[in-house]
Amino acid sequence: MTEQWDPPRQRSFLEVNDLRVHFNTDDGVVKSVDGLSFKLERGKTLGIVGESGSGKSVSSMALMGLQRYAKAKMTGEIWLDGEELLSADDDHVRSLRGKKMAMIFQDPLSAMHPFYTVGQQIIEAYRIHHKVTKAVARKHAIEMLDRVGIPQPSSRVDDYPHQFSGGMRQRAMIAMALSCDPELLIADEPTTALDVTVQAQILDLIQDLQQEFGSAVIIITHDLGVVAEQADEVAIMYAGRIVEHAPVLAIFDRPLHPYTQGLFRSIPGISGRHDRLEAIPGQVPDLLRLPSGCTFRDRCPQAIADCAGVAPPLEEHAPGHRAACIRL
Amino acid sequence: MLFIVSIAVFLIFFLLPRIGGATADDLASRYVGKTADAAQIHNMAVHLGFTDPLYVQYGRFLSGIFVGTDYSTGPTTVHCPAPCLGYSFLQQTPVLPDLLDRFPVTLSLAVGGAIVWLAFGVSAGVISALRKGSIFDRTAMGIALAGVSLPIFFTGLLALNIFSYTLGWFPPGGSYTDFTANPAEWAYDLALPWLTLAFLNAAAYARLTRAGMLETMGEDFIRTARAKGLPESTVVIRHGLRAALTPITTIFGLDIGILLGSSILTEKTYSLNGLGQYALQAITQNDLPKVLGVTILAATFVIIANLVVDILYVVIDPRVRI
Repeated sequence: MTEQWDPPRQRSFLEVNDLRVHFNTDDGVVKSVDGLSFKLERGKTLGIVGESGSGKSVSSMALMGLQRYAKAKMTGEIWLDGEELLSADDDHVRSLRGKKMAMIFQDPLSAMHPFYTVGQQIIEAYRIHHKVTKAVARKHAIEMLDRVGIPQPSSRVDDYPHQFSGGMRQRAMIAMALSCDPELLIADEPTTALDVTVQAQILDLIQDLQQEFGSAVIIITHDLGVVAEQADEVAIMYAGRIVEHAPVLAIFDRPLHPYTQGLFRSIPGISGRHDRLEAIPGQVPDLLRLPSGCTFRDRCPQAIADCAGVAPPLEEHAPGHRAACIRL
Repeated sequence: MLFIVSIAVFLIFFLLPRIGGATADDLASRYVGKTADAAQIHNMAVHLGFTDPLYVQYGRFLSGIFVGTDYSTGPTTVHCPAPCLGYSFLQQTPVLPDLLDRFPVTLSLAVGGAIVWLAFGVSAGVISALRKGSIFDRTAMGIALAGVSLPIFFTGLLALNIFSYTLGWFPPGGSYTDFTANPAEWAYDLALPWLTLAFLNAAAYARLTRAGMLETMGEDFIRTARAKGLPESTVVIRHGLRAALTPITTIFGLDIGILLGSSILTEKTYSLNGLGQYALQAITQNDLPKVLGVTILAATFVIIANLVVDILYVVIDPRVRI
């Protein structure tokens, strides 16, 4: 009998296994993220879609290690470039933040410090990870501002965040996030606070920079249009779990999970006459009191009695297309 | 601004009593103290110009501040050199030199106390905010409540009794050495008053800082700062505290302004010869010019403090424009 030799499985650049983020509150345990698993390669974009309370922001903060400040209980594994992050110590994760993985946030006006210039904030981000003089860092900051398309960067570098327009401000924040060439960029609703025309520019910018730096990008949004533009793969989150995960074309072509179908149905169409907007009835469940079994069953048009039993696992129903529903 | 203050002061001291029914003679009696007779009082009234129309009196008052006045009480004429903030007839001296003499005491008390209470108050506030709900937080806020609630003459006298007279660690009340004479002695003499003042005021600042920090640390830019990989100490101080500083600076400026003009209780408790004691004596002696002088000086300090605070606002927060 010969032994089979299995070569060690190549891990993806980013691999999340059964991530759970629970918060102990006076009212009970809030299970913000309850079993998140996905993989992401360099150069690819993952779109995470969900409503408020679905756990999308909490999971991205957990990836960055920012939940350590909130005293969250985290279990599972986060593998970044072959390194497991949840078991790593605080200082090591902090050294990776900003350098290996960076994040841009929804509202650049509140996300940037109002009392420091944009240049000072970019310089600060850069000098934390590179031992250079202020002059060198300043030059780099100007280069970054130029790279993200801000005109007159050498004078704009000394302006304060409130002196920029919304789109320019978001570009400045992107410049700050990318100043250390991160290999993973997480964009948490990067265009939600912007005008539609500016949204397109920002998304294009992110795509360009991704191609230039070869980084993996996670875009978190509730906007399916953004996802259609940017993402290679889409993960739909509901109440802390992924309910459907597929390549973008597959999910738009044939959404499998009733929740995803509901989301697509609720997008108003331009053609034809519509009297009422289609909404998914009910509300997102209280994370303190999640229904047993499938958390979507109270709002699902296809729910049956068995749905209250065990939580449906995320299974593959078509090549590369996974969904968590026992009705499939 | 000062102009308005001078009008206000003038009206309070000269017009309101009139409205209240006092005559020129009654006013004059305040100037001569308690022991003059009716004829002297009336003489004084005429000489002081109380029988003149109000605007003339005000003009004289203002010009006195700039060029000095002559007071003639019959045979003798006394000259009060510019800037004349008043002339105390009781003491037969102009008011201003006395004020200037006492000012360093009040200044030392106020500035020294301010530095101590800022240091304690702000750091206690920051730590309390970061460790909200902890034993430190609860204890610090409890002490703060005591500090804010107990009057200074209580804490001061208690401190004097324990630390000065019983334990002998600090000099007794009434000691004051000039800074220029002996800085070490100066600091030692003022240590207990500073600490007492600090106990009272640090409390307010600790609570203020704590509230400001709790609010600031929940802001989005703190999350961004951490996302950049900054060490927590940098996040707390350069990002958090800096943003929470604005209300603290405002209150600090106003507190100093007020303290410079009227630290009566502290000075009385520790028997320090500052402006506060001066004002107290003037009031009890019914010496109106002295009271007037101190009031104007105190008002000036408050106005300057307000101005400085306004300027600081612009320096701290670039979103504010003058």
